Amino acid sequence: MSARLTRDNVAKVADLARLNLSEAELERYTEQLGAVLDHAEDVASLDLDGVPPTAHPLPLVNVLRDDFVVKGVDRDEVLSQAPSVEDRRFRVPAILGEEP
Amino acid sequence: MSTIPSTALEIVAAVRSGQLSAREVLEDHLSRIDAQDGEINAFNLVMTEEARAAAAAVDARVAAGEDPGPLAGVPLALKDNLCTRGIPTTCSSRILEGWRPPYDATVVQRVNAAGAVSIGKTNLDEFAMGSSTENSAFGPTRNPRDTGRVPGGSSGGSAAAVAAGFAPISLGSDTGGSIRQPAALCGVVGVKPTYGMVSRYGLIAFASSLDQIGPFSTTVADSALLLEAIAGYDGRDSTSIDAPAPSLLESLGQGVDGLRVGLVTELMGQGIAPDVAARVRQAADALTAAGAQVGEVSVPAAAYGLSAYYLIAPAEASSNLARYDGVRYGMRVDAPTTAEMNAATRTAGFGEEVKRRIMLGTYALSAGYYDAYYGKALKVRTLIVRDFEKAYADFDLLLTPTSPTTAFKFGDKTADPLSMYLNDICTIPTNLAGHPAMSVPFGGGSDGMPVGVQLLAPALGESTMFRAAAVLEAAAPALDEVWS
Repeated sequence: MSARLTRDNVAKVADLARLNLSEAELERYTEQLGAVLDHAEDVASLDLDGVPPTAHPLPLVNVLRDDFVVKGVDRDEVLSQAPSVEDRRFRVPAILGEEP
Repeated sequence: MSTIPSTALEIVAAVRSGQLSAREVLEDHLSRIDAQDGEINAFNLVMTEEARAAAAAVDARVAAGEDPGPLAGVPLALKDNLCTRGIPTTCSSRILEGWRPPYDATVVQRVNAAGAVSIGKTNLDEFAMGSSTENSAFGPTRNPRDTGRVPGGSSGGSAAAVAAGFAPISLGSDTGGSIRQPAALCGVVGVKPTYGMVSRYGLIAFASSLDQIGPFSTTVADSALLLEAIAGYDGRDSTSIDAPAPSLLESLGQGVDGLRVGLVTELMGQGIAPDVAARVRQAADALTAAGAQVGEVSVPAAAYGLSAYYLIAPAEASSNLARYDGVRYGMRVDAPTTAEMNAATRTAGFGEEVKRRIMLGTYALSAGYYDAYYGKALKVRTLIVRDFEKAYADFDLLLTPTSPTTAFKFGDKTADPLSMYLNDICTIPTNLAGHPAMSVPFGGGSDGMPVGVQLLAPALGESTMFRAAAVLEAAAPALDEVWS
């Protein structure tokens, strides 16, 4: 399927997944994820040409309901669980490189 | 000797008739938890006050001559990935520590409406990722049959709670075997229903195309009772099947005369401990003796289930767990920018196995690897569905081991993730196909620990599956009978 997973692949994936990994963790994950991917190579022996993918066990269709107002979850109850709130909104640190 | 009966059906009968109060039943179970859960660690949280209020409400309904519901007064344990309004729900993860959901899961609403008394939130492998409950941020759960061994996972707390007598019934979730494998290792009954039969609304998502909620119990009939109470259409889950809940209790006495049962050859050989395989053959003989026609059947793609699952489930998990970013709920580790805060929070909040699966899933979905890994896994999933269809053309039910071994010791498989993943080889194929399956205790292995045998059925085949389960239960050797 593909070449052996490298440390640099793992570092790139950690960045995509928003995880800060130590050098020791990078090495360990490279080894462990490589072993799982090696095991997954057994599917390479199967003839999958022309086989459609199955992403879901049910034949899904869009589910619609009548357009009427129902009570949602309580806004203040939701906000009471957030790490930081301002003016009844979620508050986050700087984005787009602004000073905080 | 306690005067409180051990099964949910007996408790319901006693509470409904006024022989026992829900309060007495609850206090008896709370005292068992108080005495023994320090060692077992089945619970992340015991809901003492809420449970007392629920029991009092049941007793008030009985006193007023009102119907207290089909689960009246039965203590019930909830896996701690099921949302309970105002009550901490952690997924056994630091990242959700202290979070109180603003709503109840549909199954929680349904068991409460049925008169059950929710007694606590049970431990699990963090975000349901694991097969031993060793991945919990709050310490492992111990197997009540031998506290030196794991209870299985990920629903290890829910299985142990029932095995230890802390509650006659509990709810878990099963993505690749997380109900059935711990049921087998703890010597209790565990059921993964057909995908879509039970609403996932309020179940914190791991892999959305695979996750399904189901019951644990000490008897087949109690699982039937609980599944009837939680099953059925829910407009808040877009994958909910719009069909009436099944009638399972009434099917239990129907026997297996004439049913065709296939022993899956791919799951009886390599990788399966000889004592476990021997118990499965003994279970097959018991079905034959009860009138079933048992034969062997090949499900070739089942052998590839593990590989497909460990690409599909982490891929879905990496997407589902992107929401833990320190913004809306749970913990936050402060940092100067939002991107740094997101990464610092996730790094501190997730445990090692969760990070491993997020990494695996992110890799499988990333540009350049998508077709080779995730795309190929979805095609293998199609082959598994097709091979099951062929098998079910000739057989009504299939029979396999639930887990390749009995309960293992703490630390045995933590250093090698792949060896842990191999625990799921018998349970994963049904999740990929969306079919129901259940584990029924059937004697002990050569170490005297419980063995579970697994019954599999086509989609919505629960009533046939429960008929065979009742026959196996009646024929089962004692849980601690050593295989020799």
